[in-house]
Amino acid sequence: MIQAFAFYLFATVMIASGVMTIAARNPVHSVLWLILAFFNAAGLFLILGAEFIAMLLVIVYVGAVAVLFLFVVMMLNVDFAELRAGFARYWPFATLLAVLLLAEMGFAVSAWSAGGIAPDARAAPIDAAKPNIEALGEILYTRYLYIFEGAGLVLLVAMIGAIVLTHRRRSDLRPQKVSEQVKRRPWEAVVNTSPGVGEGIEL
Amino acid sequence: MIGLGHYLAVGAVMFVLGVFGIFLNRKNIIVILMAIELILLSVNINLVAFSAFLHDMVGQVFAMFVLTVAAGEAAIGLAILVIYFRGRGTIAVDDVNQMKG
Repeated sequence: MIQAFAFYLFATVMIASGVMTIAARNPVHSVLWLILAFFNAAGLFLILGAEFIAMLLVIVYVGAVAVLFLFVVMMLNVDFAELRAGFARYWPFATLLAVLLLAEMGFAVSAWSAGGIAPDARAAPIDAAKPNIEALGEILYTRYLYIFEGAGLVLLVAMIGAIVLTHRRRSDLRPQKVSEQVKRRPWEAVVNTSPGVGEGIEL
Repeated sequence: MIGLGHYLAVGAVMFVLGVFGIFLNRKNIIVILMAIELILLSVNINLVAFSAFLHDMVGQVFAMFVLTVAAGEAAIGLAILVIYFRGRGTIAVDDVNQMKG
């Protein structure tokens, strides 16, 4: 009973905040609604028993991706009123498309009849006695090790790509050249002279 | 009792919302990226729901990989957005035709 209540609460709030994400007037509000949607999705995952994915959703999405969005939205000085200009023009077509897509999904689901579940076909059956994170780690670091490493590589490439794309060399700055400073030796920089009295030196 | 169908329905609605958002905010690429995040979230809901109801761990593993790809995609997309804004002073994407060859 309490599970059904929690499911409907999380699902309703998530869908409502999804609607607000795409319909909000201000992109900052959009990001905040997106964060609320992610929190509610994490709640749904908790009901399903996928605790690690739920925590990952909160940490990765809310902690990293949504904050990245927030940074970009606030950093760029964009005239958002101008970007909303096409809103009235686009929504009939968009609504038609969305209703069509949803109807297609409904037809597909209602036409599909479950052929029964073959328990033997499971790749990694869940052991109820084992904690979720332990089971996930066991399968992730054995059978899916190479894909896991590949996922790490994807993140590395994304990080390097983002830095390379946004880094710019500014010509109006005169930065410190550390290598030249380190390379400098006393005998290159200092000259000993013994000028006569009252003559001075010329460099 | 809450069954698999409930979760699939929620996932389907979130997916449609994401597609709707892409078409609704065709000029604002920031909201388009957020709509893509919504779509990937709906995919994750489907994967985790199937994983829980089939008692199979693999769905959760793949939900993690989808999450990884979503994070990378957001980082690269926003980086491209930032350099585009630096060059053009606007992020209206309906006149991105510099590369039409």
